[in-house]
Order: sequence, then C-alpha cells, then structure tokens
Amino acid sequence: MRAIGIILAGGNNYRMRELSQKRAIAAMPIAGSYRSIDFALSNMTNSRITRVGVLTQFNARSLNEHLSSSKWWNFGRKQGGLYVFNPTVTNDNGFWYRGTADSIYQNIGFLKESHEPYVVIASGDAVYKLDYGKVLEYHIDKKADITVVCTDVVTNNDGGRYGIIKMNDDCRIEEFDEKPMVARTNTVSCGIYVIRRRQLIELIEKCAEEDRFDFVRDVIIRYKDTKKIYGYRMKDYWSNIASVEDYYKTNMDFLKPDVRNYFYKEYPAIYSKVDDLPPAKYNYGSNVKNSLISSGSIINGTVEDSILFKKVFVGNNCTIKNSIILNDVYIGDNTTIENCIVESRGTIRANSFFKGEDGVKVVLEQNERYVF
Amino acid sequence: MIKKEMIAMLLAGGQGSRLGVLTSKVAKPAVSFGGKYRIIDFPLSNCINSGIDTVGVLTQYRPLRLNAHIGIGISWDLDRNEGGVTVLPPYEKSTNSEWYTGTANAILQNIDFMDMYNPDYVLILSGDHIYKMDYEVMLDFHKSNNADVTIAAMPVPFEEAKRFGILITDDDRRITEFEEKPENPRSNLASMGIYIFNWKILREALIANKDQPALDFGKHIIPYCHDDGKGRTYAYEFNGYWKDVGTLNSYWEANMELIDIVPEFNLYEEYWKIYTRNSTLPPQYLSGDSIVEKSIIGEGTSIYGKVFNSVIGCNVTIEEGVEVHDSIIMDNTTIKKNSVINKSIIAEDVEIGEGVVLGTGDEVPNETHPHIYSHGIVTIGERSVIPAGISIGKNSMVFGVTTAADYENNALGSGKTLNKVGEDD
Repeated sequence: MRAIGIILAGGNNYRMRELSQKRAIAAMPIAGSYRSIDFALSNMTNSRITRVGVLTQFNARSLNEHLSSSKWWNFGRKQGGLYVFNPTVTNDNGFWYRGTADSIYQNIGFLKESHEPYVVIASGDAVYKLDYGKVLEYHIDKKADITVVCTDVVTNNDGGRYGIIKMNDDCRIEEFDEKPMVARTNTVSCGIYVIRRRQLIELIEKCAEEDRFDFVRDVIIRYKDTKKIYGYRMKDYWSNIASVEDYYKTNMDFLKPDVRNYFYKEYPAIYSKVDDLPPAKYNYGSNVKNSLISSGSIINGTVEDSILFKKVFVGNNCTIKNSIILNDVYIGDNTTIENCIVESRGTIRANSFFKGEDGVKVVLEQNERYVF
Repeated sequence: MIKKEMIAMLLAGGQGSRLGVLTSKVAKPAVSFGGKYRIIDFPLSNCINSGIDTVGVLTQYRPLRLNAHIGIGISWDLDRNEGGVTVLPPYEKSTNSEWYTGTANAILQNIDFMDMYNPDYVLILSGDHIYKMDYEVMLDFHKSNNADVTIAAMPVPFEEAKRFGILITDDDRRITEFEEKPENPRSNLASMGIYIFNWKILREALIANKDQPALDFGKHIIPYCHDDGKGRTYAYEFNGYWKDVGTLNSYWEANMELIDIVPEFNLYEEYWKIYTRNSTLPPQYLSGDSIVEKSIIGEGTSIYGKVFNSVIGCNVTIEEGVEVHDSIIMDNTTIKKNSVINKSIIAEDVEIGEGVVLGTGDEVPNETHPHIYSHGIVTIGERSVIPAGISIGKNSMVFGVTTAADYENNALGSGKTLNKVGEDD
C-alpha cells in the first residue's frame, strides 16, 4: 500500500456524559465484541495499510490496554506496525496535544521517517467499513490536494454536531462549516482524509509556525479556496459516536439484521482484541428475545431488545429491556433495568430498579461484588 | 545451551476410532468440545498454566486440522523464542523408517527433540482427556519423593476399577504392583496416562527397549522402570474433574455436564483459563421468537428457534420453528426451519434441511457398529447434508451429502448407517 495511517483517538466529548469518566471515545465498546477504534484499525489493515500511528491523549488507559498487542489487527509485522503516540514532554515542547493538527505536529517524525507517498487520517470514534484504497484511487484520479470522505445523513436540524460540506458538481468542496448553527446541506464530513505525505508535513509545519492547532479549522477550512479539496461520498453505513444518544443508537442498530449482516458476516471482517472467554450460558428461567449476547455471559433472567457485552451475569427474575450492559457487569436477582446503559465492571445489587424515563440513563454502580 | 527443567510430550497421533464418524477426518485431539474448544486445548492450556513452555505434539493420524489449530502456538502463548510448541510427525530415516508404532515408540523416535532442551524431567500427556491439572504440583510431588517415575492416578468407584489400569501402592504412595483391568481390583487408583519421568531414566529405558515392537508406556516402559519394585515409581493422586471422552456416549456426557447450573468442570472461573484458537467473532443473536434454556452457545451463532439442554458451537444458524433437545451442534452448521433434533451429535459444516426429524422411533442397536453408535445418539459427520423432510432414527449415523434418493420413504430407521463418503477418502 502506498499510504500510512494516522488514527486520531485523543478526543472526548462532554456529551458522552458519565461514559467519558472511564475512557476515550475510541475505546468505547461497540456491538458486543468490538471497541470503537477497531473499525478504523480493521479498515486500515483490510486496506493493506501496514504502518499505522494512533494518537491518544484523553483518558487513554483503557485504549492503551486494548492496543497492548498489535497482532489482533494483523499489524506488528517486520514491515510496518502499530505505533501508539501519547503526548510526551521534550526539550522543545511541554504541551499536551493542543488540537488535532498539533498532535500530528508533535509526532511529525513518524511522517518524515516513512517512505509511503500518502497518508490516510481517520478518527477512532466512528463505526463503518471503508476501503481506503478506493479513496486513495479517487484522490489520485481527481489530482486532489486533500480528499475528505463524506456521507449524507438525516440531520433533523442537528447539523451542529458535524462538519457540513457543500460540493460542486465535480465534488470539489466549496463550503465547509464546522458545527454550524444551521446546516446548509445534509452532507457531512466523516473525519477521514487522504493527503500526500509531503503536503501534509508542509501544511502541518505551517500551522505550527502560526500557532494554529486544529486540522479542520486551520487546514481544511483555511485552505479550501487555494488547495484542491475534494469530497469522496461514502454510501454504506457510517455512524459517529459523539454523545450518549449516538452511542446508544449505534449499538441498537446492530439489532437490525441488515446492519448485523453487514458488519458480522460480509467480507471483510472487523477485528478486535480476543478474550479467551467460554461460550455464553443460558440457565433455566432464561428468556432472551431479540438481543445480542457476548461470550462469557451467564443468563438466568429475561433480556429483551438489548445488547449484553462480554462476561455479563444476569441473576434470577431479572428483566432487562432496551438496554446496553457493558463488559463484566454483575446484575443481582430480581432487578429491572430499562432504557439504560450500564457502565462496565459494575455490580448491581439484587432487587434494584433502573429506568431511563426520558432518554437513556447511564448507570454507574460500583458495589462490592462477592465472587465465589 | 538451552536448559528446561521439564518439557511435555503430548501424544496426539491416535485416531480415537470409538468416536466413530467424528474422527473420520480429524484426529481425536482435534475434535470440537464444549461449544468452542477442541479436546487438545485442555492439556495445552494445562501446560502453559503450569508454567511448562516447551511442548512436543506427536501427530500421526490425519494431522491437518490439528496442525492448523496449533499453528505456532500463539493461542496458548506457546510461541516462544526458546521452546514453545513443536509438532512432531513421524519422519523418514536412512534405514528403518517407521510410523509411530506405539506410545513409547513415538517418544523414542523423538529423543533428539528432547535432548535439544536438556530437561531434567519429561511429562508424558495424552490428547484425549478433559481436565484441569497443575503439573507443577505433580512435579513437586515427584521431586519430594525422589522418584524415577510418577504416574497420575485418580480414585474411581471399585465397581468401575476393572475398566482401568490399577495402581497398588504402599502408604507412601510408592507403587508396589500394577493390575491391568483386574477382575477383582485390590485398589481403586486408576492410572490417568499422565507420567513424569526423570529424563535420564526415560532415555535409558527407551533405548534399552528400542527393538520391542509397538513399544508402549503401560506395557513396556513403566514395568521396565518399575523393575519389580526396585525402581522408584510413585502414584500422584488427583481428585479433580477428569473425563475420558473416548466414546461417543462419554463425549456426549462430558459436553452435557458443562450446562449444569454450577458445573463440576467450570469454564467460567478466571483462574486456570482454557485457551483455544479463536478469531474475532461477533456476539450471538437470539431472535424475538427464540427460546434458549440450559444451554451454552458459541460466538456468532444466530438462534431463531428453540434450544434446550444443548451445547451449540460458533457460527451456527438455528432457524425458525426448530427444536433442539439434548444435542451437540458444532461450528458452522445450519439447521433449517421446523426441524426437530433429539439427542444428536452434529459435526461441523453440516446442513440439515427443513422439517427434518433426528432421533425418532425406538432404540435399536446399530447394525454395523453397535459399540460405537449406542445410547440412542444420532451422529452426523462433518460436511453432511440431509435433505428436507427426512426422519432419522436412534443409534444411527449419516455421513456425506445425501439426497432424498438415499432414503426409503424419506426415512432412515433406528440403528442404520448411511455413509456416502466411505472409510478412506
């Protein structure tokens, strides 16, 4: 492959509410088996990009743990590899990453020491499958300086959370509004960019000289009239996780057969760190309807329209509805959980009741757990 | 020079013919178990959990699936710079080339491999038991007795003792006598086929007996080392769960024991994990009409029907209206609409058509292999296809892609065998 990859995984968002206390968005568990960054990493490896840098900053422990071995995504070969860049203090620099462009600038050595002519930049907080090779072909075809992957969404006047793109007939980007009050189109940036490596080094060094730190504002928007910036329209499933509501909806999408088949069954596969867990176990009294259950779970109660991640224990006479239970949660007997996201490693006492009344409720219950 | 205190030699070359069609294409250690494992995962996981990082796996019968499963040992953390797992098939020599003709003969032919690691002790294992055991504790026992050979043994009920090799010991657990399948057992300590040898003593014994045809541990090497009580042979008593899965019925039982509320053999404990080769598989999906009770189900499986009292593998599809009772269904198998599956073992990549009924009718002994296909179990070999609307009786076996023309009146009676693949293909 003629490109290296950069995954921006440092971000966080206050709209993730309590869920951000524990981890960066890129490490959020998705659809029972994955974490958010697995999608970008798997797309990289499936596009045969072998050298990938992951830039992390916010609450990176969980993410670093997930990335502790690169073998799950088939990186870590003699050629190429997975590089995790946390901010470090050097003689020249004492800052955290002050923005996406700054995070690349602080690791510009990674770009300079590579020999591949192109760079694919992706973010670690979106759920999608994409062959970056196709985007690169398009980029070369269009003789573009920068190609931005975009998709059409149903915005419901909710443009405020996206970068809104307006393209001409040739797909050259004419307008780019970052999180505007009113969206002028329903075409949004997916936060995936293809750019020539030398061009990127030049632009990033220029930004640094001028004390500009943000890739979207200070590169894409600032240069849109002087550089040829093109949009590549992606048609398949794409979902971005920026808030608790997005997170809930993206997970629940996997209960739809078409979404499930697209990610679980169709080629190419999404890879993730493999835990050595036994198969899920269903005891007498288990009653599971329209739900996804992950390995290592033990079910004794009722589960409906829900997603259970790995190693979840559901006690007798429990009712779990329209909820997402993250990894390694213990739910005591006679408990009811509705419209909730239960944070990982939680322990819920017997006879508890949790219900999201208007919207999704995030449950953080770290009680004492008695393990037999 | 490389130096390992103890290395393990895992005998995985046998066919395990009493598992019938399940081992027609794979060696017994590679047969699926418990929804996502293969039998060999248990001794291999025991090795790494016991701190043994050098394992030779002796293969002979149909090794392809086993080799693919083991690979370079990554799944068990046995990919090591020094040691790790090495697959040891029989090989040609300038004169006197032979297959592995017996358990000890296989080890004899790999003396060079063991010499490479210069071990003090060699652990001999077999690849056909389900158990969790700390070999390091057994080694401590071996060392503290200053033993030449230690044999792991477990107490069995006296009435069953006549099926086993029985060890008679003194109060210090030193073995005084052996009895092979005795009519009137004097002890109930049954040998588990797990041995620790001092390498020098094993090496000497192998070379001294090298011309013995079908050189066997139980028949030749152990008696030679025991030397009528002059050698220091000890019995290490093991009291955990240990299950021989040598027959279809014991294989079925061992699987069914996993689904008890608190199984005697618990895979859900954090301690002493069992590892297996696994790729990233999605969670399992249970539809709005599904009912699943008292079962374990592997990753990536979709269930639209009803499953009771069963062990289901990975990537299985159970369609609408299907009922599965008391059965084992292995990876990648599809059961189409409205079929009924009773007490069956269905191997990998099988397709069961719509409206098929398995395990119906009276129990009649199998006509060709009554000792293999018994206890009412229906066994379906890997990659078989059973067309829609067929009903199949108890103690029966089907192997291969079958069509409606293969059945009389859309049925296969109890005790019948339908093999379209043949014995050696």
